[in-house]
Amino acid sequence: MSDLYHSQRAMRDMRKAALQRGVIAILDIGSSKIACLFLKFDESARARGIDGVGPMAGQSNFKVIGAATTRSRGVRFGEISMMTETERAIRTAVQAAQKMANVRVDHAIVTFSGGEPRSYGLAGQIDMQGGEVSEQDVARVLAACDVPPLGDGREVLHAQPVNFALDHRSGLADPRGQAGGTLACDMHLLSIDADVVRNVLYCVGRCDLEVAGIASSAYVSGVASLVEDEQELGAACIDMGGGSTSVSIFMKKHMIFADSVRMGGDHVTRDISKGLSVPMAVAERMKTKHGGVVATSMDDREMIDMGGDSGDYEHDMRQVSRTELIGIMRPRVEEILEETRACLDAAGFDSLPSRQIVLTGGSSQIPGLDDLAARILGQRVRMGRPLRVQGLPQAATGPAFSSAVGLCLFAANPQDEWWDFEALHSPYPARSLRRAVRWLRDNW
Amino acid sequence: MQSVIRRPRHIRPAAPYTRRDPAPSRLQYRWQRLWLTPFWRFAIRVLLPFALLAGIAALVWSDPLRAGAIKAHVSAMQEAVQNRQEFLTTTLSIEGASPDLADAVRKKLNVTLPMSSFDLDLAALRTAAQSLPAVAEAQVQIRSGGVLRVQITERIPVLVWRKGEHLILVDSEGHPVAGLHARSDRADLPLIAGQGANEAAGEALDILATAGPIAGRIQGLVRMGQRRWDIVLDYGQRLMLPAENPIAALDRALALDQAERLFDRDILAIDLRYGPRPVLRLAPYALTKRQESLGLIKPVESSL
Repeated sequence: MSDLYHSQRAMRDMRKAALQRGVIAILDIGSSKIACLFLKFDESARARGIDGVGPMAGQSNFKVIGAATTRSRGVRFGEISMMTETERAIRTAVQAAQKMANVRVDHAIVTFSGGEPRSYGLAGQIDMQGGEVSEQDVARVLAACDVPPLGDGREVLHAQPVNFALDHRSGLADPRGQAGGTLACDMHLLSIDADVVRNVLYCVGRCDLEVAGIASSAYVSGVASLVEDEQELGAACIDMGGGSTSVSIFMKKHMIFADSVRMGGDHVTRDISKGLSVPMAVAERMKTKHGGVVATSMDDREMIDMGGDSGDYEHDMRQVSRTELIGIMRPRVEEILEETRACLDAAGFDSLPSRQIVLTGGSSQIPGLDDLAARILGQRVRMGRPLRVQGLPQAATGPAFSSAVGLCLFAANPQDEWWDFEALHSPYPARSLRRAVRWLRDNW
Repeated sequence: MQSVIRRPRHIRPAAPYTRRDPAPSRLQYRWQRLWLTPFWRFAIRVLLPFALLAGIAALVWSDPLRAGAIKAHVSAMQEAVQNRQEFLTTTLSIEGASPDLADAVRKKLNVTLPMSSFDLDLAALRTAAQSLPAVAEAQVQIRSGGVLRVQITERIPVLVWRKGEHLILVDSEGHPVAGLHARSDRADLPLIAGQGANEAAGEALDILATAGPIAGRIQGLVRMGQRRWDIVLDYGQRLMLPAENPIAALDRALALDQAERLFDRDILAIDLRYGPRPVLRLAPYALTKRQESLGLIKPVESSL
C-alpha cells in the first residue's frame, strides 16, 4: 500500500505541475467511445485568490478548449482488452482535441469504469492528548484506519475521508484547528484491479502523456450529474455506459459507495444483433434510432428495415416491427436494472434519507427507460445530464459525457484523499530522544 | 457485391453509416505534438530561416573579391540615385543682404554648382555664412527647382568704434560689422572710443539719445576703464558720467546747462561721477580770473 501511496502522490504532484502550466487533458476511456477534453485553467481566477471552491461550483476558473471523441476500440467492460487498438483510439482522440485546441498537452487525467471497483468503509481513531488538531493529526488518524484485506492484485483507487468526529461531535468536514481529545474518522476506500490500472497507465504512457491522476467513472459521473442537494441528502448515480454500468452513492457531498455491473448498452446491441442476425453496426443504429423499452400498439405497425448486403433478396429485404425490437431490448435492460438494484440493496441505499436515483450515461437515453427504472429501482428516478461547463461543445453535453465532465470538475477541485496529507513521520526517534532528554533532566 | 435485381429506391435501406475514424500513426501523432511545441515552432519558423539567411550572407561576404564587388555595386547605385536631375542643385540665391555682403557670402560659402543636394552640408554652410561679421543670422534651405536659398539677416551699423588705429562699424549690440577706412565715410554715425566700448554700445546709444540738445557739440563718447562713459564735446570739454545711472546724471547736467549755460563757460570738464556734487574743472586762465575777482590773489601785471 505504501507503494501506491507514493505513486498517487507522484500523480498529485504531476497534477499540480499541469495546473501550473494551465492546460490538462481529460481522458474518458469508455467501452463504446473515448472522449478527450482539453481544459485551460484561468490564471486570473487563481491570482484573484478565490478561497475555497469559488463561484459556479468551481467551474468558472477553467474552460474547455478542445474536445474530441472517437469510437472506442479494444475496450470491453471498461477494461482494456487490446492494448494497441486502445492506444490507437486514444491517439486519435488526443490528436483531434489537440488540433482543435492548437495546444500541446502533456498531462492527462484518466477515468474508466472497469476493474471491478469494490467499496470499503474504514474507521480510525487516535488520541489527541489534548490540543488542537493539526494536519499531522489528520494524517495520523487517516493512517490509523484499519485496512481490510483487499485481495490479491488489488489496489486502492480512491481513499477519501468522508467524515471526522472529535470526541462526541460527528459530521465535521474539516477538524483542523479544533480542540478535542479523540479524533475519529470514516474513510471510504475504493479498491480496483491493479492490472487494469497498470494497463491503462501503460496505454496512456504510450501516447506520450503523463498520467496526472486516475478516477473511477462511477465517482466522476456522480460529481457531474448529481445536483448539490442530491449530493448532500443522499442519492445514487447510475451511469449506464457501453460495457458496464457504474453505481455510486453520494451522501453529504462525499461518495460513500461505488460498484459496477458488467453489463451495458453494448450487450443490448449484441442481443439485437444475435436476435435479428444483423451486423453490430446495423443493430446499434436500430437501437439508437428505433429502440425503446415500453411497447405500444402503434409499434406493431412500425416496420424497420434491417437491410443487408448478402445479395439474397429475401434476406436483404427483411423487416422487423418495433415491438419485436423492444421485446429484445427490454429483458436485457431489465436485467441491468435488476443487477443495479442488487448493488444498491447491498449498499443499504434504502436507509438513506433521500432515495433519489439519477440515470446518466449513453444508454440512459433509451426512450421509456425512466418508467422502467422507476418500477425496478424506486419512485424517485430522474434522467441526469452533466453540468454545463464553459466551452464544452454542444455535441458533448449529453448524458454520455457525464463522466468526462465530472472529471473536469474533479480536475478543477479534487477531493482530498488520503495521500494528499503528508506522509506520517515515524514517531519513534522523537519520542526516544525526548525520553533521553527527560532522563538526563531527572538525573542530573 | 452487386445485386442482381435493382431494388426500388423507396424500400432500399440506407447503408449503415459508420464514420470513418482512422487512427493517426505513432509517427504522425508525435510529429503533430512536436509541431505544437512552442519552442520547436519558433525554431523552425523563425530561427532556422534567420540562421539560413545569415549563413548565406556570411558565406558571400567571406570572399573579399565578391564583397568588394558588392560594395562597389551598392555605391554605384547610390551615386546614380544621388546624381539624378531631381536632386541636382543648380542656383544659389542669397536674400536679405546688400550686394556687397551677398558677394562676400557667396565667396565664403564657396559652393560649386551644380551639385547633388545629398552632397551639400547645410549645417556647415550655415555656420560658414554666420561666421561673417556682418551676418546676424543665416538660414540655408534647399527649395524645389534646385535652388539653394540662403536667407541672411544683416547687422546694421549704428556706431563707429575707434579702436587704436582702426575704425570699426558696430551694430546696436556691439558686434563689429565691418572696418572703415576713414571717419568721413560714415560721418552720420556717432563715434565711440576706448577699450570695451563696443560691449556697452546699447548704453552709448541711450546716452546719445538723451543728449539731444547738445548733439551738435558732441565729438564722441569715450569708455573709461571699461565701466563708465565720458562725453567729449568740441573745444575739448568733457562730461564725465558715473558708471551707475549715467542717464540721470546727464539729465541733470543738461538742466544745469539750460539754466546756467554751463557748457558755454570756460570749463575743461564737468565731473558728474559723485551724484550729489558735480565738480567743475576750470581752464587755468579762468581760474586765475576767478580768484582775482574774489580778491584771493593780486593781479600780476605783466612785465611784458
